[in-house]
Amino acid sequence: MNDQAVIRICLLAGKIMLQSGAETHRVEDTMKRIAEAYGYTDIQSFAMPTGVHFSINRTEASRFLRVSSRATDLHKISDVNEISRSITNDNISIDEAKKRLDAVDESRQTFTKTAQIIAAALVSGSFTIMFGGTWPDFLPSMITGGVAYAFMFWVVHLIGTRFIADFFASILIGLLAYVSIQMGFGHSLDKVIIGAVMPLVPGLPITNAVRDLLAGHLVAGVSKGVEAGLTAVAIGAGVAVMFGFVALFS
Amino acid sequence: MGILAHTITSFFAAAGFAVLFNAPRKSLIPCGVVGMLGWLVYIGLIEVNFLAVPATVIASIVVGICSRVCAETFKMPILIFYVAGIIPLVPGGVAYNAMRSFIESDYFDGVELAAEVMILSGGIAIGLMFSEVMNQLWRKIVRSA
Repeated sequence: MNDQAVIRICLLAGKIMLQSGAETHRVEDTMKRIAEAYGYTDIQSFAMPTGVHFSINRTEASRFLRVSSRATDLHKISDVNEISRSITNDNISIDEAKKRLDAVDESRQTFTKTAQIIAAALVSGSFTIMFGGTWPDFLPSMITGGVAYAFMFWVVHLIGTRFIADFFASILIGLLAYVSIQMGFGHSLDKVIIGAVMPLVPGLPITNAVRDLLAGHLVAGVSKGVEAGLTAVAIGAGVAVMFGFVALFS
Repeated sequence: MGILAHTITSFFAAAGFAVLFNAPRKSLIPCGVVGMLGWLVYIGLIEVNFLAVPATVIASIVVGICSRVCAETFKMPILIFYVAGIIPLVPGGVAYNAMRSFIESDYFDGVELAAEVMILSGGIAIGLMFSEVMNQLWRKIVRSA
């Protein structure tokens, strides 16, 4: 059946985009464009951060796909965008589209974990300077940020929840920053910590939440905002735990 | 701190975040440049005694316009460029200070700083939306002309 194949492609595209952290209005738009390219006119789609509904016609039964894990993977969003562009412009066949979407779904991240850890270290050092730190703060911040990001990956691997991993990683940030200042590396504890927590800060969820809200996607906007808020609280609480210990023992 | 240090660090901050977000390889340098331009506008406006909120709004309008240009040039979703580009403008430092004040039971300062964080992130969103609206208006004008 042609209908089933198109429904399958649209849901797959929607699932990949939601798992990679796209805005819900972009997801709905992409699904609509793909189905329209195959000649369907009355498409209903509804995307949330945790799942996606799709029906090919308003009188047909609607299909639902659960989205259980979410991460940020801009490369996949860009790939799906390219596929939907070639569906609408070049009219590639349904099988071809399915094959390419499956390849994107199974593809791995663009950058290795090592590359991401090095990037996190660079980001940490750079933010310390940008927020008014001095050059002696650069190196401690880089090391703290890199080690904490690696630790975060390890905790995610063990527990599977990013939120808890962020909490433990920011305890480590507080600890490492405190130790390095005590040992005489770096001047300002605040600047080192601010720089080192930046790789963990939920920048993408915050902006996507606000953009979804402004686009009228209230459910998605509010739930993403809450997700971002929880992450921010986890980071804050982690650093707070460290400060609590320091106050206790000094 | 010199302007050169700000230029280099903001480039690496934005490009580094693009790596963390798994952006496509060929978008890394444009992402870094967009972030750098946004941050330089922000720093420049702060230097000439702008308040933080209007400076953030103007800087994110610049980020929005640059992202649109990059998205058209490289044929990629605009999301990739503005996500990395606004990262330097995200009020991480203020959020940290707010949190620190709450821990030290200094609730007055904490609430004040938390309100500032909310207004600054709202400012980023408004700047991005404004540049999108300008883009749509521009297209309509070009099409009707």
